[in-house]
Amino acid sequence: MNKKRESLLRRDSVQTLLASLVCVLGGLIVGYLVLLMIEPSGAFEAIVAVMKSFFRYPGALKMKYFGQVLVRTAPLLMCALSVLFAYKVGMFNIGAAGQYCAGACAALYGALAWHLPWYVCLILGMAAGAVLGMLAGLLRTLFNVNVVISGIMLNWIILYLTNLVLGTVKSPTSPYTKTIQSTNPGALIPSLGLEKLFHNEKSVTIAIPLAIIMAIVVWVVLNKTKFGYELKATGSNYNAAKYCGMKENRNIILTMVIAGALAGLGAGLLYLTGIEDWETTISSVPGMGFNGIAVAFLGGLSPIGSILSAFFIQYITTGGGNVDLQVYCSQISSLISALIIYLCAFVAFFKFFIQTRLRKADERKAAKAAQIQEGGEEK
Amino acid sequence: MTLLIQYTLIFSSVLMLVALGGCFAEHSGVINIGLEGIMVIGALGGALVLKFLPVTVGAPVMVIATVVVSALFGMLFSLLLAVAAINFKADQTITGTAMNMLATAAATVAVKAMNTAASGGNDVSSDIAYTHTKDLLLVRVGGFEFNWFMLVAVLCLIAAYIALYKTRFGLRLRACGEHPQAADSVGINVYKMRYAGVLISGLLGGLGGIVYITAGVSVWKFENGVAGFGFLALAVMIFGAWHPLKIALAALLFGFCRALGNVYSGFGFLLDMNIPSVVYNMLPYIISLVVLAFTSKKSRAPKAEGIPYDKGSR
Amino acid sequence: MQEAPYAIEMVNITKRFPGIIANDHVTLQLKKGEIHALLGENGAGKSTLMSVLFGLYQAEEGIIKKDGVEVKINNPNDANALGIGMVHQHFKLVECFSVLDNIILGVEDTKNGFLQRSQAREKVMALSEKYGLRVNPDAMIEDISVGMQQRTEILKMLYRDNEILIFDEPTAVLTPQEIEELLQIMRNLAAEGKSILFISHKLNEIMEVADRCTVLRKGKYIGTVNIADTNKAELSRMMVGRDVEFAVQKGKAHPAEVVLDVQNLTVPSKVHKNNAVKNVSFQVHAGEIVCIAGIDGNGQSELVYGISGLEPVSGGTVTMCGQDITHAPIRRRSVLGMSHIPEDRHKHGLVLDYTLEDNMILQRYFEPEFTNKLGFLRRKNIRAYAERLIEQYDVRSGQGPVTIARSMSGGNQQKAIIAREIDKNPQLLIAVQPTRGLDVGAIEYIHKQIVAQRDAGKAVLLVSLELDEVMTVSDRILVMYEGEIVGELDPKKTTVEELGLYMAGAKKEAKGQ
Repeated sequence: MNKKRESLLRRDSVQTLLASLVCVLGGLIVGYLVLLMIEPSGAFEAIVAVMKSFFRYPGALKMKYFGQVLVRTAPLLMCALSVLFAYKVGMFNIGAAGQYCAGACAALYGALAWHLPWYVCLILGMAAGAVLGMLAGLLRTLFNVNVVISGIMLNWIILYLTNLVLGTVKSPTSPYTKTIQSTNPGALIPSLGLEKLFHNEKSVTIAIPLAIIMAIVVWVVLNKTKFGYELKATGSNYNAAKYCGMKENRNIILTMVIAGALAGLGAGLLYLTGIEDWETTISSVPGMGFNGIAVAFLGGLSPIGSILSAFFIQYITTGGGNVDLQVYCSQISSLISALIIYLCAFVAFFKFFIQTRLRKADERKAAKAAQIQEGGEEK
Repeated sequence: MTLLIQYTLIFSSVLMLVALGGCFAEHSGVINIGLEGIMVIGALGGALVLKFLPVTVGAPVMVIATVVVSALFGMLFSLLLAVAAINFKADQTITGTAMNMLATAAATVAVKAMNTAASGGNDVSSDIAYTHTKDLLLVRVGGFEFNWFMLVAVLCLIAAYIALYKTRFGLRLRACGEHPQAADSVGINVYKMRYAGVLISGLLGGLGGIVYITAGVSVWKFENGVAGFGFLALAVMIFGAWHPLKIALAALLFGFCRALGNVYSGFGFLLDMNIPSVVYNMLPYIISLVVLAFTSKKSRAPKAEGIPYDKGSR
Repeated sequence: MQEAPYAIEMVNITKRFPGIIANDHVTLQLKKGEIHALLGENGAGKSTLMSVLFGLYQAEEGIIKKDGVEVKINNPNDANALGIGMVHQHFKLVECFSVLDNIILGVEDTKNGFLQRSQAREKVMALSEKYGLRVNPDAMIEDISVGMQQRTEILKMLYRDNEILIFDEPTAVLTPQEIEELLQIMRNLAAEGKSILFISHKLNEIMEVADRCTVLRKGKYIGTVNIADTNKAELSRMMVGRDVEFAVQKGKAHPAEVVLDVQNLTVPSKVHKNNAVKNVSFQVHAGEIVCIAGIDGNGQSELVYGISGLEPVSGGTVTMCGQDITHAPIRRRSVLGMSHIPEDRHKHGLVLDYTLEDNMILQRYFEPEFTNKLGFLRRKNIRAYAERLIEQYDVRSGQGPVTIARSMSGGNQQKAIIAREIDKNPQLLIAVQPTRGLDVGAIEYIHKQIVAQRDAGKAVLLVSLELDEVMTVSDRILVMYEGEIVGELDPKKTTVEELGLYMAGAKKEAKGQ
């Protein structure tokens, strides 16, 4: 029994899961403390409200809000996939935020200005993200510019550019873009009846299963194919990849193209459901890409883990809206996710800690065994 | 024209302070992506002083109190990076990214809680206003608003240059960023020096934060963070090749671009060109990308930056 | 107690690391004013012992005495305070600092917090004069020669008034002339009353300069001998625990057709503006081992980069088996039958985060045996292949094929690379310092494999810095000096001394190419 538990602890995936749970717990505890500091009397209620998220709604409404959480989970998952895909190839794709932005820009412009059907808009979004990713990849391979730095610069450039471009299709009365529903319903991603499961929540579409399929595809590509083998080798040891004849620079550019496409697709999967319009006056890049970083690391850098963590982060973000706004504010959930991603930085240390403890236990056992043996020989 | 110079100077001050902060952290061997977040928290500290200290205390006290509290807030927040990156050898990029998210969220939650409590639930905004106290920071010379923070920035620049290149501390700090094993072998405590580097970056970043939010406006909405100025400062630092004097020049250039975006409508010929203001906002980032493309092959970045120092692996 | 106490005495030092005992009750006694050699193979525990003395590690057992008084050394500061200084094998110099700044780092004189460089400069110049240590105090470390870097390291110790000087493998990176100079400096230092610990595995140098020698083997203390009363044979016996056969068993070579033909090859350098390889021409035939000898940094690495395609060449041609591959991609060279055991197994040879089996297929993963038509990896075949190689080449690891390469010992990592490269059944095997950092057993094994390849009719190009290896393994020696081939020697007819003269550039064949 004990032995079984211990061997379970030795598995990398179990350690990762454990580490992620510790991060989540840490984030929630600190979040609770913050609520306590603001106003102790309702703090417990508030943190429960955050954690209950859509479950607090009665009956069928529950499904409606569940649906909305899922709708926003899809793009978050795509951003996480973008981050983790690049990370496996040794690059920190902080530019996912900008690639997401570019995706939104292209998809919405295609839908609102050119009146294109949804699948073309999705492809446009993907392509825009891919181009931005390629730019970062080219800067890396041709000029040796770190992708983190170029990513940050490109994020801001593309934010201003997006505001400029989408400003041409904005509604005359608000800073938001025109709604797709009224301008070009053909650009809405079809639901194929999925919305019926979610109390006719209109924004529930095939975007959700599509995102999950992408996660599985990413997993398969990374772990089962020659392509993934090459990419991971390039990321892990650029020189060795070159030495054994892989096209190391092509691999890096390709990786950034794919990462960019994933993030761009994510934006399409959100904005083409009509759940949200782009605000053309925003002064900072949408948090989706940065949250993607949180999700990817919380999910242990595994595509499948990311499905769970994306849902979780979106779940508590939605939960943030449940607190009593007369006392607290909904950003409490942003605070909790930020804390979780901060704690995720310690995951490597946490796993190292577990492994050291296990190894020490092994050594003790080995020493004991040796002692017993020696004793036996003496007899 | 005066307005342009004024904005250029004040934005340059911000960028220079924050970039110098980044410079100290990186020379000690820690990459500080979290400057944006540090600015937000520093700005929060300073804004609170401006909000709660009465106008009657007079300009010197007001300036000093604002500076001290902002710097302190920035330093405290930068401890998050120091602990994670130095003691726990965490990935510095993740930590920095998390700090940026954390800062905006924390500042928003704090300010909202404050406003909500003060107004009994009527005001749920994340604004802090400091209309009257802000005037104490300014000296009007004709149409030109001299801001005491400009002086602070210049002093910091001189101090940074001397500290890095003329003192024992600077020599040791840079050794830790270039070759921590060498520093360790001559008895320098690498962890301590890196803590010093990160804390100084917190100090300067925090200062930069308060300078930024008092630059043009007298109300700040903390939900918006500092709109990418921390990242722009990173670009300034790289453009300035990690050297204080070059950073000052880079800051002037980038500050000028930013100022143009604010006041271009005052110039007839710029208005005639009909360039949207976002282009001016984009310009610094584009310039730095282009410059990066041409300089990154021979980067003067500290060699050991971003690599956690582990005493065991010598 | 009639004798003066030892300058430094380390008694019964024991230091354990997870899985191994690096020092097992080791004793070392250093007299004042002597040059004391510490001899042992790689992994014998020399560096660990010195790290304990220098305060980088703390011993679990044993005591350290200075001048007869027990001392505790918890960090380099303590060591420094006790007057112990060390020239590390890999220099601990900050590249973008000046020589002077590197010397004063850690013991800077300040006035009101400001550095006082001018006083320091005077002291450095005085020391430099006194011991014949030529340096330019204002030059940047990155711009000066390895020899001057080493002199900077020595000045660092002298500047701190260190009395006990540790030299960790100081000659590995130097030319014979620089070595001679260094040994003279060491004699000067000893004559001035400094006590010197000289870590080395080069018997010649120890015989030449040391007064006494302590030998370690596999972490254990073997003994201390007076150099005057011993000889090389005895020392080497103590070092490896048996009589070493310096000669590799091999028959006569039977060179056949030309496999590799290099003509007028020129490769630019990445570090400086000149060409690293200048107009080099040679051939390697099937069934022979051609060895490129030379001091490190004379263009050998770049020559191999040029032949293997890791760096572009700027002139000349490379022909393999009749095909021009001068500008061919690396993959094409590999498929044509080139195998390459790289100089740096961590940089090029392995993906350290990959499992052993994934590393085993690094050169062949794209073959139909390992990847199906749809681009999916055939895991079963990969496992079977890796298991066969592990068995055949005796690669030892914790968990077999799924062991992460990073966790394997250096010797077994190297064996894995050799297995992978040889099993490809190449026409041409390029091996660059294949035995670097390995113990005697592994070296012997690798030499046998290389000779076996030759006997199987393969062409072998060996690049080596070890004179013994050059002399015993090769059939033909080409000496490189400053990017050119300055001589071709027959190992049966030449001597180490002659080889040394060529390597140092003192002798050069007139024949041109």
